[in-house]
Amino acid sequence: MANDSQLFNLNYLDVLSRQDTPLHRLDPRAKVLTVFIFICAVVSFGRYEVSALLPFFLFPAAMIGLGNLPVSYLARKLLVILPFALLIGIANPLFDREVLVRIGPVGISGGWVSCCSILLRFALTALVALILIAVTGFMGVCAVLERLGLPRVFTVQLLFIHRYLFVLTDEAGRMSRARALRSFGSRGMRLTTFCPLVGHLLLRTIDRAQRIYLAMVSRGFTGSFPVRGRLCFGSREAAFTLGWTAAFIVLRLVNVPQELGRALEGLVR
Amino acid sequence: MSHHIIEVTELRYSYPDGTQALQGVSFRAVHGESVAIVGANGAGKSTLLLHLNGYLLPSEGKIRIGDLPLTRGTLLEIRRTVGMVFQDPDDQLFMPTVYDDVAFGPINLGLPPDEVEMRVTKALGLVEVPHLKNKPPYRLSGGEKRRVAIATVLSMSPDILVLDEPTTGLDPLARRQLIGLLKNFRHTKIIASHDLDMVADLCERTIVLHEGAVRADGPTAEIFRNDALLAACRLEKPLSMQGCPVCGKDRT
Repeated sequence: MANDSQLFNLNYLDVLSRQDTPLHRLDPRAKVLTVFIFICAVVSFGRYEVSALLPFFLFPAAMIGLGNLPVSYLARKLLVILPFALLIGIANPLFDREVLVRIGPVGISGGWVSCCSILLRFALTALVALILIAVTGFMGVCAVLERLGLPRVFTVQLLFIHRYLFVLTDEAGRMSRARALRSFGSRGMRLTTFCPLVGHLLLRTIDRAQRIYLAMVSRGFTGSFPVRGRLCFGSREAAFTLGWTAAFIVLRLVNVPQELGRALEGLVR
Repeated sequence: MSHHIIEVTELRYSYPDGTQALQGVSFRAVHGESVAIVGANGAGKSTLLLHLNGYLLPSEGKIRIGDLPLTRGTLLEIRRTVGMVFQDPDDQLFMPTVYDDVAFGPINLGLPPDEVEMRVTKALGLVEVPHLKNKPPYRLSGGEKRRVAIATVLSMSPDILVLDEPTTGLDPLARRQLIGLLKNFRHTKIIASHDLDMVADLCERTIVLHEGAVRADGPTAEIFRNDALLAACRLEKPLSMQGCPVCGKDRT
């Protein structure tokens, strides 16, 4: 089964993360910290905020440029996750019908504005998270999260999900194919066969987990994952983190598009 | 060189559900010996292998690896001495890249970074796949996975290699190459398999397990000529020792 075209194509993110650009060479801690501050800044806006969010696209754009990342690939990944964000935002226009903005004769309700704001925030945060993995590598991100105090259980968990996602989807794919081949139309596709199938998958997974654990203890696993490569937080890292953080703070406090609009208005007058 | 000895005495083991998997197994393998463990499905091969590096502890009986008895206290030392290669390489390769995977054991042994580097390079060289170093394991072919799985164990410099069905799922050439590779290793080898042709090629000694007990233990050639024994243990003569299907002549 072609797992690469499915799901997330996480593997391609890993391929991207093995590039050698100034951004890739940067200490992962700097990148994770900067992205964290970025997400905090974006999420902290009020729920009707739209215009002030737009300048934040500067950061992902710069990262894409510096990291030599393919825009179309990232855009497609965003589309895959979009339905989840829509699910959260789509109810707003139904509940919040108070007209907030008028453009000519058309009144736009607060619900549509907040829905739009949710989508924008989703696009910004998800995009930046994808970029972070593409310039740091999954392993790098996990290692940093652990250093920054995330309990080891979670990072080890994340690493295993990353490694065994393909094995699991393969296994699920084989099982569902076996079912499809013998169900002749719809009779075998009912919920009554689906439930045991999922249960069986769970049991197989537990078995496999047992065997993997055995392989790990045979090679001296004691609970921690060795991390290769040295980390170095130098002046370049400090400049990267502080520079972007300053930019985020300014963008958070000053609504740049609005100010620009006012300045233009002043000029026209 | 007593490190390389495996001694199993009157080993009994029953699973929590009451299945008596091993009922008094005894054998001794000495330095450099290549021993095959054959038997039908459910004869107790896997259970026996799981004891050899201490994943299961005997319900009754004793195991000695080299100078050490197998107990909870000696587990770490024994796991370093006995390198275990699993049947499914996907279970064994759990790190993001081949390099990380082969380095996993040495790093956990607390070796310094340059020694780890050297061991990884050497292990990958021994299985002839140094070029796969930076690949993720799920991108490898079956044969490559198997080689890397063996390298992950070799990098810990074990004295004893335990292999569970090393040739399953390999194409004929990959199988042949793997056999050639294993032939070159000077370790004490314990190989559990249904591939009796490989056994005939690799192991001078064979232990036949049947219903949790040792049914026969002796030179491979002798055991494979004993038709009555093989039939009783649900086994068949290796193809290379069977009569030619075209001319009907028996080769042995």
